[in-house]
Amino acid sequence: MLTKRIIPCLDVKDGQVVKGTNFVSLRPAGDPVELAKRYNSEGADELVFLDITASVEKRRTIVELVRRVAAEVFIPFTVGGGINSVYEIQEILAAGADKVSLNTAAVKNPALIADASKRFGSQAIVVAIDAKAKSENKSLETVPSWEVVVNGGRTPTGLDAVAWARKAKSLGAGEILLTSMDCDGTKNGFDLDLCKAVSSAVNIPIIASGGAGKAEDFADAFSKGGADAALAASLFHYNELAISTVKECCAKQGIPMRCVQ
Amino acid sequence: MIAIVDYGAGNIASVRNALSRLGVESRATCEAQEILSAERVILPGVGSFGFLMQSLRQKGLDETLLQSINKGTPFLGICLGMQALFESSEESPGIAGLGIFKGKVVRFQRGKVPQIGWNEVVPRGNCSGNECDKGDAKELLTKGFAYFVNSFYCAPADPSIVAATTDYNGAFACAIQNENITAVQFHPEKSGDWGLAFLKRWAGC
Repeated sequence: MLTKRIIPCLDVKDGQVVKGTNFVSLRPAGDPVELAKRYNSEGADELVFLDITASVEKRRTIVELVRRVAAEVFIPFTVGGGINSVYEIQEILAAGADKVSLNTAAVKNPALIADASKRFGSQAIVVAIDAKAKSENKSLETVPSWEVVVNGGRTPTGLDAVAWARKAKSLGAGEILLTSMDCDGTKNGFDLDLCKAVSSAVNIPIIASGGAGKAEDFADAFSKGGADAALAASLFHYNELAISTVKECCAKQGIPMRCVQ
Repeated sequence: MIAIVDYGAGNIASVRNALSRLGVESRATCEAQEILSAERVILPGVGSFGFLMQSLRQKGLDETLLQSINKGTPFLGICLGMQALFESSEESPGIAGLGIFKGKVVRFQRGKVPQIGWNEVVPRGNCSGNECDKGDAKELLTKGFAYFVNSFYCAPADPSIVAATTDYNGAFACAIQNENITAVQFHPEKSGDWGLAFLKRWAGC
């Protein structure tokens, strides 16, 4: 049976892993390749690198990083963060990444999803959706809905998250990386309603992101949210929770997991 | 020297990285001569069945691969490189595969498509029943988790070539073995230590 995936996310700036909250007070936290190797040996099923470099050197440093990771780590990895052209995607995939994730650029130019998936296959194109609950969700009578936000959560788009996920799928997205901006950083668990709404709307894998605080949160994302994979960053970075603990907890609940000795 | 057939879309870098980690020399090539003189040949695959077959035919590599296989060179097909060995695929109707094995490539009818993630490889030697005992399969393939990304899978007409199966809403052939031909639907180059160990055994190093 296909197993559910646990995915650590590494925030990278100028080729180094950084830690911090909401992109503020960033501290360098080591070499991404070393951390990737550590996560691999701890049982991570995939890795996501989110590049937050803003300098003109951005493209060169990320391609260099991808090359180094691909030569050392033999599990799939995705690269995201400011990617906005087929040319950039081509460079990153050719350097050895398995997938790229598109966020703001895909909202601004949905044709990018179609162009990229035609050229590289849907399996290589992840569409990242940052979603924020609409205020009317507080009323019990309305069906909850979420708005897509971009630019790291700063810019509302007016797009409905479920509708956008459907559109992204129809344009050729192979997976959806779904982040709840309401839950992100709270450690109170994933937004299960959001996750369920999107996973029942599209027939492609959903990666739940934002809010994980304990092992049971991951189990809930799979069993209650219908997620196919779940992602966390700081939780794993700070050794607050071991990947193996998460997997054992899920396996105990009967969720199929790849357990590594 | 292992020749990795470079037809213009496969994920050559990952396969090469995995081999060089194992200390195995490899070369990405689309030159017939290089493929024919190689000790071993790998056909990797990402993209569509139709694109792969048309690219191979344009370069005349379909004939080269048949020659190489016919003279007994060990061959490893990965993902689409496994599917190419069959007669046809539902992915690209009307386009013929290499046709080394009878049978076709069909789409998953249930569950999310594509299948993306880690799934269990169960060698036939590990099962119980009359036709499970396939000695060479036991040697090369071990039970373990492999990384898959596929919407289609091979349905061989001859069940005796099936070396291992995987369950995705029903069992499918995730590996086949016949004489010098080995082919796998999963990506050993992305399947962590288990995948590297499989490649190592295949490369005989």
